Amino acid sequence: MSTAVDVENPPSPTPRAAEPRRAGDVVRTVIRGIGQTLITFGLVALLFVVYELYVTDFLSARDQDRLSEQIEQQWADAPTVEAPAPEPVPAPTEGAPAPAPQPAPETIDVGLGEPFAKLYIPRLGEDYNRVIVEGTAQVQLEQGPGHYLGTAMPGQQGNFAVAGHRVGRGSPFLDLDRMRPGDAIVVETELNWYVYRVLGDPATGDFGTDPSGIPGQQIVRPEDVSVIAPTPGGAAATDAYLTLTTCHPKYSAAQRLIIHARLDGSPVSKASAPDGPPALNG
Amino acid sequence: MYTWIWRHLPGNAAAKTLAALVLVLAVAALLLFVVFPEVEPLLPFTNVTVDQ
Repeated sequence: MSTAVDVENPPSPTPRAAEPRRAGDVVRTVIRGIGQTLITFGLVALLFVVYELYVTDFLSARDQDRLSEQIEQQWADAPTVEAPAPEPVPAPTEGAPAPAPQPAPETIDVGLGEPFAKLYIPRLGEDYNRVIVEGTAQVQLEQGPGHYLGTAMPGQQGNFAVAGHRVGRGSPFLDLDRMRPGDAIVVETELNWYVYRVLGDPATGDFGTDPSGIPGQQIVRPEDVSVIAPTPGGAAATDAYLTLTTCHPKYSAAQRLIIHARLDGSPVSKASAPDGPPALNG
Repeated sequence: MYTWIWRHLPGNAAAKTLAALVLVLAVAALLLFVVFPEVEPLLPFTNVTVDQ
């Protein structure tokens, strides 16, 4: 019998797998596994931040483009609103001058999730505009600012209340804290332009000087629904207000940042000013 | 976990790197466009409305 080692088929090494794994090996593997898992979670969290900051903006921009096309198309086609005749001039009382007749705001009837108006806020950007959809559920708000159900329509007596995201999903209300008293908020509907102005004193920048007592800007708790009441603060309708709500501080939902504005002047019909009222460019 | 994946990828080092890259991108795309949109409404900081 040859005792020479067969060079073509060297004997295989003793299988190490047959040896029982030492406790040290197991511990090392477990720790390595924990480390890799933690790093993976960290990367996923980072990826989520990327998602919130970039991907949602991209998705929302796409939605806004679609909504903008939809609403322009809608307005070019058959009207969905009626244009009521201007209100008759009321009889002057005790020698007081009769107010000029104002075009009454149109009545707007729109389904949930449907776009019906565009919001322009020059303070937030020269070209800032967003299509407003009806409703404030997540699915509506992720497309753009949403109109609180049951609150007034643009130009109507009461409170035209709109909610919008602060960070992500297009960040429509990211810089709402930059608004100052007197800033114009312009709402475009099928027939008219409505110009609202943030309450307060433009000269001093004080939000609390309006005679109605309603502040132009306030921070409230999320449960404070009085800010979207027909008169902000909880009373029945007395004037035509606009209210914007978003979360506060920027990356938190602990509070809400609220902007109150009042209708400034009468509605400007789009027939007479197709490019918008002066407030839009001023 | 990752060494296990690496060992089981077919091909030489270059092919493995490419395959690993594709895998990472695929998982990232899955997360970004499928998982995160589903999970997002459950997070608290997306609330911007006032309600009771």
